[in-house]
Amino acid sequence: MAGAALRRRRAQGGVLIGIIETYWKPFLVSDGYNMTGVAMTLWLLVISCAIGFCIALPMAILRNSRNPFLWVPVWIYTYVICGTPLYVQLLIIYTGIYSLDFVHNHELLNLFFRQGLNCTLLAFALNTGAYTTEIFAGAIRDTNFGEMDAARSLGMSQALIYRRIIIPSALRRALPVYSNEVILMLHATTLAFTATVPDILKVANDAYSATYNPFAAFSVAALLYLCISFTLIFTFRKLEGHFLAFQKR
Amino acid sequence: MFSLAGYGGQILAGAVVTVELSVLSLLFSFFLGLLGASAKLSKNRALRGVATVYTTLIRGVPDLVLMLLIFYSLQIWLNDATDYFNLDEIDLDPFTSGVITLGFIYGAYFTETFRGAFMAVPKGQMEAARSLGMKPLLVFRRILFPQMMRYALPGLGNNWQVILKATALVSLIGLTDVVKASQNAGNGTFRMFFFTCVAGAVYLVLTTISKGVPLWLERRYAAGVRKVVF
Repeated sequence: MAGAALRRRRAQGGVLIGIIETYWKPFLVSDGYNMTGVAMTLWLLVISCAIGFCIALPMAILRNSRNPFLWVPVWIYTYVICGTPLYVQLLIIYTGIYSLDFVHNHELLNLFFRQGLNCTLLAFALNTGAYTTEIFAGAIRDTNFGEMDAARSLGMSQALIYRRIIIPSALRRALPVYSNEVILMLHATTLAFTATVPDILKVANDAYSATYNPFAAFSVAALLYLCISFTLIFTFRKLEGHFLAFQKR
Repeated sequence: MFSLAGYGGQILAGAVVTVELSVLSLLFSFFLGLLGASAKLSKNRALRGVATVYTTLIRGVPDLVLMLLIFYSLQIWLNDATDYFNLDEIDLDPFTSGVITLGFIYGAYFTETFRGAFMAVPKGQMEAARSLGMKPLLVFRRILFPQMMRYALPGLGNNWQVILKATALVSLIGLTDVVKASQNAGNGTFRMFFFTCVAGAVYLVLTTISKGVPLWLERRYAAGVRKVVF
């Protein structure tokens, strides 16, 4: 009885090396046909964060508007997205929308929603867009009012104040919180494998199905994610040192 | 169009499972967080090291990866342990492993929340308590914990929302929570879009309700704190 446990523990090392030998290529770049593993995860992260950023910047400005026709829709968007799990959002977009008849019958929509990758990117971008909107809106709200006064006294127009004063300073001050959001987004990309996108976790899942050794298969994935997390944290710390140099004492 | 087609009961039962899972995971991670924060602030180097490795590793790895890793490995480890001690096999159901896994993951986030909160309690409070001859546990219960909670509450409310949303992942390891129930209903009626939106609405109601509780708790733990009011 005790021998079986010991044998399994000894075999663990062998399985781990076997998994790395067999799956190192899909884990990093490609399975020979498609982009997989780390490359796919980074692609998901970069594209969704880029689209999310482009959504968030105008939304954050609208969120701070005095006109309720502008800020209420943005508030509803962020409230709904931040109040529901990303997995449910992905399910709605991936399986829900595709099951609707008019999407099925419309040529372009059918082409878009048939692909798991498109649905995943759409869900991720909408999700991180909502969180980033709230982050940027908070930073804009915290802008020092003296800066506004100074800009107005120089006769700058509203648009110019936003472009030259508020946005540059708000983005800098939002950087620490935004870096947190990017790390959380990296963690969220693992959901892509439920929509058949071959990211790191999908490869790990394949390795698990082939070896029936969950610990070895998933710990390789965990290590890869850990490396990406640490690289991101390091990069953002460098960026903060550069862009937030004025806060240093 | 908007009828639940007889699946209302199942979805409600799934929602109850979601809430139970979140509450139990919250309690477990709360407890782990207290332990972790105490370890991180202790003078013992080994304890500090273990706690630091725990929080760094857990917060650097996605929760879904950890969930699959722990969920599938837990049963194997448990079998090894029962084999070793010649005990009967213990079968883990998805609910128990879900609570253990989520609790273990979010315990790391709670450790950081509580560490900051413990550090925010003025040192003089501890010294005063000790000078009155209180034992360490009594100091913790009467002095440190009630004051620490005030600083920890905003982070706690945030962690609760994150745990609540993370329970959606547990349907991936086979638990019939509200997401799984809505998927079953969608598959049965061919109205996937509608039923998944119902699951989303359930979560929206739960997060909206849980925004009110921290406000109430905050008022309770802020008893005796003067606020600046203009």
